[in-house]
Amino acid sequence: MSMNTSHDPLVLYGETFHSRLLLGTSRYPSPAVLEAAVKLAKPAMLTASLRRQGAVPHEAGNQFWEMLKALKVPVLPNTAGCHSVQEVITTAQMAREVFETPWIKLELIGDDYTLQPDTLNLVEAADKLIKDGFKVLPYTTEDLVLCQRLVDVGCQAVMPWAAPIGTGKGPVNPYAMRMLRERLAVPMIVDAGLGKPSHACSVMEWGYDGVLLNTAVALAQDPVAMAGAFASATQAGRDAWRSGAMSEQDAAQPSTPVLGTPFWHHA
Amino acid sequence: MKVTINKREHELPTGATVADAVAAIEARPPFAAAVNTQFVPKAQYPRHVLKDGDRVEIISPVTGG
Repeated sequence: MSMNTSHDPLVLYGETFHSRLLLGTSRYPSPAVLEAAVKLAKPAMLTASLRRQGAVPHEAGNQFWEMLKALKVPVLPNTAGCHSVQEVITTAQMAREVFETPWIKLELIGDDYTLQPDTLNLVEAADKLIKDGFKVLPYTTEDLVLCQRLVDVGCQAVMPWAAPIGTGKGPVNPYAMRMLRERLAVPMIVDAGLGKPSHACSVMEWGYDGVLLNTAVALAQDPVAMAGAFASATQAGRDAWRSGAMSEQDAAQPSTPVLGTPFWHHA
Repeated sequence: MKVTINKREHELPTGATVADAVAAIEARPPFAAAVNTQFVPKAQYPRHVLKDGDRVEIISPVTGG
């Protein structure tokens, strides 16, 4: 991994993280594969959720909970599946008690088919959570004004989607995402819709501060290797952004010196 | 009285609390609870008296994205 990592930590709400990859914990072929993927990728945070006890039979006995504790990676609980501000608040409060953390990934769904965030109520939910002492990472669309409003109510980072959750399409609106990066100064993590390490690398090259993904790793044929690939690509993109890419040219320019070329113009 | 716990109806005695609801489904830690979509902190379980028709949710950690 890059030598830059330790000098260039991700800072969210004053806390320092030595990785720019946040990893979801769902849909892996087995808990052992998830564990191996986490150990290889060394993510900054792991997302988790809450469901009715007994509703998810294969997780009975709470093997997942024991693994989370043993991995010692900070947990980012989500409010996945919430459709109202009240549901979000209650879920976040339950998550804070269970996971013993003030971090919350705010998910307020407005449309079940696309899992698009409820853009009209997201700011109110964020505002209430911030006032209740949460460190809120809101999952949002790439809408500039919405992201600005989230910052206005106290979000110290925002998480725009690249594409709908689980689609793996990569950034569907690169122009808007690049413009958003240019206009907002807070840390921004691209959350959802990434399918390949090159997608993660691209958004990091545009200046995004991190990526959060799940399905792209969990549904890969070799999730452990893919987790490593995403970790490398994320760091590569970050290093590239810090290095300042050359500007694109239309005309070819030889990279090898022309002076002293043998047989030069003999023909 | 009838109380819904995790979507299933349970018969609990009048005056039953959230602690009784937790016991009724033999909830295993870790978990958190809400009544009628309002969070109830653990310390309040023995004091929070349920009413007929209340909806109790008892939730636990699962994988998530």
